[in-house]
Amino acid sequence: MVRVAKEKYPKEVKSFLDTLDEAKELELRDVEILAEELVLHLVPQAAQAVPPSVHQAHAYLEEAVKLLRQALGIPAAPPSAPLAPPSPPAPTVPVPELVKTAFEPPVFSYPGSIAEVQIGATSTEGGTRGKVIKVGGEKCPPFYRFEFVPPNRPVIALDVFDVLPPLPKTIKSYYRDVLKDHVAWVNRCIEEFKADLVTLHLISTDPAIENRPAAEAAKFVRKVLDQIDIPVIVGGSGNPEKDLVVFEEVSKVTSGERLVMASVTIDMDVAKAAQTISQHGHNVIALAFLDINQVKELNRKLLDAGMPKDHIITDPSTGGLGYGIEYTFSVMERMRLAGLMGDETMQVPISCAATNAWAAREAWMEMAEWGPREYRGPLWEITTGLVNMLAGADLFMMLHPLAAMTLRKIAEVLAKPKVEKELKEIAYEKWASAKL
Amino acid sequence: MPKLLRPLDVYRHLPGTNCGECGEVNCMAFAAKLIERQKGIEDCKPLFKPEYKAKLEKLLEVLRPPVKEVTIGVGDRAITVGGKVCVYRHELTWYRPTALFFDVDDEMPEDEAIKKVKYVEDFELERIGVKLKLNGIAVRCVSGSPEKFAKRVAKITEVSNLPLILCSYDPNVMEEALIVVGSKKPLIYAATKDNWSEMIKLASKYNCPLALSAPGDLSMLKSLAATARKAGLDDLILDPGTFVEGDSFAETINMFTMLRREAIEKEDKDVGYPLMGVPAAVWLSPEGDEVATKMKECYVANALITRFADLLVMHTIDIWALLPILVWRQNVYTDPRVPLSVKAGLYEIGLVDEKTPIFVTGNSALTYFLVRGDVEKSGKGYLICVDTEGISVESSVAGRRFTADKVVEALKEAGIENKVKHRTIIIPGKAARISGELEDLLQGWKVFVGPKESSGIPDFIEKVWSKEVKFE
Repeated sequence: MVRVAKEKYPKEVKSFLDTLDEAKELELRDVEILAEELVLHLVPQAAQAVPPSVHQAHAYLEEAVKLLRQALGIPAAPPSAPLAPPSPPAPTVPVPELVKTAFEPPVFSYPGSIAEVQIGATSTEGGTRGKVIKVGGEKCPPFYRFEFVPPNRPVIALDVFDVLPPLPKTIKSYYRDVLKDHVAWVNRCIEEFKADLVTLHLISTDPAIENRPAAEAAKFVRKVLDQIDIPVIVGGSGNPEKDLVVFEEVSKVTSGERLVMASVTIDMDVAKAAQTISQHGHNVIALAFLDINQVKELNRKLLDAGMPKDHIITDPSTGGLGYGIEYTFSVMERMRLAGLMGDETMQVPISCAATNAWAAREAWMEMAEWGPREYRGPLWEITTGLVNMLAGADLFMMLHPLAAMTLRKIAEVLAKPKVEKELKEIAYEKWASAKL
Repeated sequence: MPKLLRPLDVYRHLPGTNCGECGEVNCMAFAAKLIERQKGIEDCKPLFKPEYKAKLEKLLEVLRPPVKEVTIGVGDRAITVGGKVCVYRHELTWYRPTALFFDVDDEMPEDEAIKKVKYVEDFELERIGVKLKLNGIAVRCVSGSPEKFAKRVAKITEVSNLPLILCSYDPNVMEEALIVVGSKKPLIYAATKDNWSEMIKLASKYNCPLALSAPGDLSMLKSLAATARKAGLDDLILDPGTFVEGDSFAETINMFTMLRREAIEKEDKDVGYPLMGVPAAVWLSPEGDEVATKMKECYVANALITRFADLLVMHTIDIWALLPILVWRQNVYTDPRVPLSVKAGLYEIGLVDEKTPIFVTGNSALTYFLVRGDVEKSGKGYLICVDTEGISVESSVAGRRFTADKVVEALKEAGIENKVKHRTIIIPGKAARISGELEDLLQGWKVFVGPKESSGIPDFIEKVWSKEVKFE
């Protein structure tokens, strides 16, 4: 249908329409209409705003339309029906007995599974670690315990820095006395704060900071490693050229320890990184930027360069709570489901930087109307970790000791091989009547 | 993957007259809007004519989401929960954000109860241009006395319009309260394996939604639902129990997950109802420290929001414990198909002139709202949002979406050099690494690296920019 501006109508029609516009009353006599169809728009949204006289005019117009219909032999439109009234309550059917129905767990099957990555190697495995950690290995979506109990509990890695970046005060206060003694710092993370492992961040290697030579940084890692029992994640500076050199040097001096190099990114020489790192038996964290296609591309490159699947962990980037966390959440869910459905590039454990929670001002800013930040901060980090754990993350980079301990406790509960507490013993129903 | 509706599935059951009364060009367009929930069935007025009765019935059936929508309360605060059509939000989107109810009981002092009710009712927190709210009150019968309970319920409805959940397993207590507020559609909590017969009768008699509770027993829960359905009820809410003691929380997550998958993927109508979680149950076995218990209540709530809870009953109202819940609920219920971004380009904040500072940042909606607020606090500013595809500044610097080239291009497009006398721009502290390259590209301009957090902007303008940028 072509709608033409009123001005372009033939003069007679225009004057007829003008009359309609101004009409308060309309009487049609001896009119012959040759149009096939006549559409009269009664603008409903204006109805409330217009003065009563116009309402009246509209009422007349409706009458006019009726007359027109009669004149044209078009059947009268039925009155516009009011909205359906809310359905009355369904009549009660007496049900004398409980309709017994069994609930069957909706178990599905998946063609794929997630690789299990071992972090650390003992002396019999070519390394010197007293303890190794395994992540991944899932055969179903996260914590679908009615299908499979998770083979490995999600693990927590606390951050240790070679030189100190700006940190929220509340976090620094836990480490003040060990900031210069990295071994003591690691031990505090493991013994007191129950972390499974730590990330040694080699911030000093950043060309924009100290530009510490890679060989020196590697020596530092070796030295710390010699004094601790656990494996570590080695964090670069985020400079793609420098990191490649740092990972090379560190890989050499820690050959066989099966550490994790974090991170390899798409703008690095991925093939070269993969070769150097895998040659010495280490693992990598492949870091993509909130883009599932980039995850795919990066992991494909790593696999093609000979990096074994069970040496890759993917970090799709973590947006903190309130700062893009929903993107991370959905990318992780999609990755995990794609892996289970058979996409090889997605069949790797997932790493989550819960530390990014601290980018949110709600986590650290003094703000009376948000309550004490001492509570807000760790809770922000816990929440960031927890929801991503439910999306499939296996490894958590964390900062605040309380957050790390709490998330570990949650992970232990969710991944417990057997739930010990009998539900029958818990009087849950009391919540409705107890004094809380 | 759930079977998502296509416009044709819906179109079939529309009048097909393309009358346009709904505001759409034709019935097919209206069908698409119905699926997207941008229009409601009630917008198709002709459908309610007697001749379309069969179509309407069929349409209601087709449009019924695998998790039914259930409305609690009446008036402007009435809340509808459920309505889910997919298990994973990326498959479409999650509709109907989890409703947050807060408990009061009939033994706490009346003024205390009223204070809590008013707090919940008036609570409002603005975030990214949206006002976040709390949704309702769960009144618990602690006294065991029907009169006391009814009196407390009456008092609450007198001071507040919030939807209510009436909590008691005793049908006598429940009816006493329903006599008072039955017309306001409170949720009856709960029918159990012991009292289902009476509670079903009450729900029918007062035409109120009914919660079914079978803690830890999904077969019983399903049987209760099948029974209620057979009795003609359809406004049901399922409570599988929120176990939090020891390691039992793993089972809670497991049950919620099974129920939601069964409802959506297996289209099991008996469990196709909203799920209710009770983080308040942490107070039955509190931690040694009150703060720890509140933290636990908070993370239990967020785990349940993540695992499909449509309604939660909470005890704690401390803002620091609610904040993560409100923010996560807001985040996870956004439409994943729409990036949360603002239009890239120039925004003028305050009465700008030629001496106004220029800020450059990304176009994530969150970045925009935060920076805008802080620029306002500092006075005024030109804010240029570079197209970072809705990603934060930090990630877009790392992901090469916020580069010196893109900043230069954005400045050009904004025509900013004709608007100001000075030749300076302020970039985010988190984009510090592009400052060198940017200065090379912007001959004659000085690039200031602003604070890492935009809250530092007022201070930065006062102490750095105003001191260094001089006008004759």
